[in-house]
Amino acid sequence: MTEGLTYTVYDADTMTQAEIYGEMLCKMGEENPKIVGLSADLAKSTKIGKFQEKFPDRFFNVGIAEQNMFGVAAGLAKAGMIPYVSTMAAFTAMRGVEQVRTDICYQNLNCKIIATHAGTSFGSAGSTHHCTEDLAIMRSFANMTVIAPADGIETANAVRASLDYPGPVYIRIGRGFEPKYYEDENYGFQIGKAVEIKSGTDITLISCGVTVLQAAEAAKFLEENDGLSVRVLNMHTIKPLDEAAVLSAVEDTRRIITIEDHNILGGLGSAVADVIAASGKGCAFIKVGIPDCFSIVGYPEDLCNYYQLDADGIIGKVREVMKMDFEEDEDWEDEV
Amino acid sequence: MPVTDQELEKFNEKAWQLRKDIVDITFWSGGSHIGGAMSMVEILILLYYKYLNIDPNNPDMEERDRMLLSKGHGGVGLAALLARKGYFDFELLKDFNKFKSPFGMHLDSLKVKGVDASTGSLGHGLPMSVGLALGARVQNKNWLTYCILGDGECNEGTIWEAAMAASHFKITNLITFVDRNRLMIDGPTEEVMGLEPFADKWKAFGFIVKEVDGHSYTELAEAVEYARKEEKGPVVIIANTIKGKGVDFMEDDVRWHYGGLDTDLVEKAKASIDQMHGNPAGSKG
Ligand SMILES: Cc1ncc(C[n+]2csc(CCOP(=O)(O)OP(=O)(O)O)c2C)c(N)n1
Repeated sequence: MTEGLTYTVYDADTMTQAEIYGEMLCKMGEENPKIVGLSADLAKSTKIGKFQEKFPDRFFNVGIAEQNMFGVAAGLAKAGMIPYVSTMAAFTAMRGVEQVRTDICYQNLNCKIIATHAGTSFGSAGSTHHCTEDLAIMRSFANMTVIAPADGIETANAVRASLDYPGPVYIRIGRGFEPKYYEDENYGFQIGKAVEIKSGTDITLISCGVTVLQAAEAAKFLEENDGLSVRVLNMHTIKPLDEAAVLSAVEDTRRIITIEDHNILGGLGSAVADVIAASGKGCAFIKVGIPDCFSIVGYPEDLCNYYQLDADGIIGKVREVMKMDFEEDEDWEDEV
Repeated sequence: MPVTDQELEKFNEKAWQLRKDIVDITFWSGGSHIGGAMSMVEILILLYYKYLNIDPNNPDMEERDRMLLSKGHGGVGLAALLARKGYFDFELLKDFNKFKSPFGMHLDSLKVKGVDASTGSLGHGLPMSVGLALGARVQNKNWLTYCILGDGECNEGTIWEAAMAASHFKITNLITFVDRNRLMIDGPTEEVMGLEPFADKWKAFGFIVKEVDGHSYTELAEAVEYARKEEKGPVVIIANTIKGKGVDFMEDDVRWHYGGLDTDLVEKAKASIDQMHGNPAGSKG
C-alpha cells in the first residue's frame, strides 16, 4: 500500500502542515470528483481554501456555524459525496462534536475531518483556542479513526490514505509552525500501524504529532550520553491503536513513556495504558502531556518546553523511569 | 441630548487613546485581531465612560453591571480599555500574548480583572448574558448585562437560541450590541453567509431593534437610553461600523481581521488615528 506514493505536490521545507494538506486535497480533488470541501469561515486559515479556489462548485463555506457544517457534511456523505471538513480542532472536537458523533460516526459516514490548530499550537490565543481534549473525545466515538501526523509529510500521507479508508476519519494537525521530521514520504505509512523510527531495548518512547521529532532527538541524546538503547515509535494512529507494537515494547523494553500535545487524560497515553494494563505484564510507565489543566498562554515552542514535551523534558522523564522499580522478573509466563 | 459636548470631547480623547493602545499592543505582541477591535471602540468607550456601573478598585462588586465581549477576539481592545480604567497596570500589556502572560488574545476571566466572562469561542457570550440577566432578575437585582456580538458571530446557532430565550423570558435587563462591520475572516458577511435581512431576523425572534451609526456616540447613547427604559422585551442595537475604523489602510479591508505591524506601519496607523480624532492631547503620541 505504501509503494509508489509518488504524489509529491509540495515542498515540505517551506510549506506548513495545513498548506501541504490543502495542496494534497487539490490533487485528490482532481482525481476524485466526489470529494467536496467544507469550512466555517476558516477556509483561509485551515488552507482548505486552496481546494475552494480550484473547485469553487465543490466547496461550501457555511459561515461561523460548525454544528451546521458537520450536519451538512453528513448529508453530503449520505448523498454519496466524500466530504473533507476543516476548522480549528477546538471548534471540531467541541462545538460541532455532537454532529460529528451522532450524524457522522453513528451513521458510519464516509467523512474526513482535518482539524487544525490542535493541541497548544495556537498557544498565544489562550485556552479557548487550545485543544488538548480532541484525542480523548474523538477516540471515544465508535467507528471513528483518529490520526495525529508528525509533520507535513505525514499529513500528506494521512490525508491521502484517508480517501481509501472507509468511514469517518479525524486528522489533527497544528497551526503551521511545526518543524518537519520526515525527509520524504516513502517510509511505510499505514493507518493503524506504528512506525518504529528507532529500535531499542531499554525503554520505548511512544509519541504522536509534534512530539515525534522531540522524542527522536531525546533518544539520540540519551544513546550518546547515557548509553541507553531507546526505541521510538511514531504512533500516528491513536485509533485503531497498533496494540502489537505496544505489546512488543512491553516485552522488549519493560519501560514506556508516552508523549503527546494533549491532556494526559484520555489521549495517546491512556490508549497505550489500556493495552499495557490488559497485557497483565509489569511495565514502568509515565504519560507526558498537559497535566489536566487549561494550558497557559505562550508560543508553542515555549509551551512545549514548559510542559516538558520537548527533548529536554523527555530526557528528564527517561532518567526518572530508568530509576523506577518494577518487578525484576525475567519469567513472563507467570504474569499472564 | 443624551451626550453633552464635554462628554463628546472626553470620549474622543479616550477613543484616541484606545485606538493608539490597540496599535501599540499589536506591535508588542506581534499580531492581534486589530480590525474588529477598532470597529467597536466607540461602543466600548460609551459603555465604560458613561453607562457601566463598575468600580475598578472593586472589580467583583456584586452590584456592578456586567459586560460580556461575546466576540472575544476583540480582547486586545477590551484589555487596553480595562488597563486605562485602572483595573491593572497598562505596562502588563507589553506581555500580551506572551509566554506565561495572563493575557491571551482571548481574555480569561479568572486571570484578568474586569473581564466578566472568558470568551473567544464565538457564540457563547449571548447565552451567558441571558443567564446573567435571569440571575439578576431572580434575585431582584438592578444591575444590567451588556453583550457585544460580532456580525459574523451571528452565524452561530447559539446566538439565535439565546435570542429566542431572551424574548421568551421577556428579558429587559440585557442590552445586546452587534458590531455590524460587515466583514468576517473569509470575506464580507453577505458573501460568506448572508445575514440580511438582519434587523428583521432579530425582530422575528422577539427583539426590539435599534439601528445606529456605531461610531456616533449620540446615536449609540440614544439607543442605550431607550433600551434601559424599554419594558416590553429585549433590545438589540445594530451598530453599523467600519472594520479597522481609524486606521485608513485597514478600514473595511478583510485582510486586517488579524495582523501585525512593523514600526513603519505603527507610525502610519497612529498618524491616521490622530487625523480621525484630531490629536486631542497635542503633538506627542
Ligand atoms: C466557534 C468559533 N468558530 C470560529 C472561530 C474563529 N474566528 C475568530 S474571529 C472569526 C470571525 C468573526 O467575525 P465577526 O463576528 O464578524 O467579528 P469581527 O468582524 O467584528 O472581528 C472567526 C471565524 C471562533 N473564534 N469561534
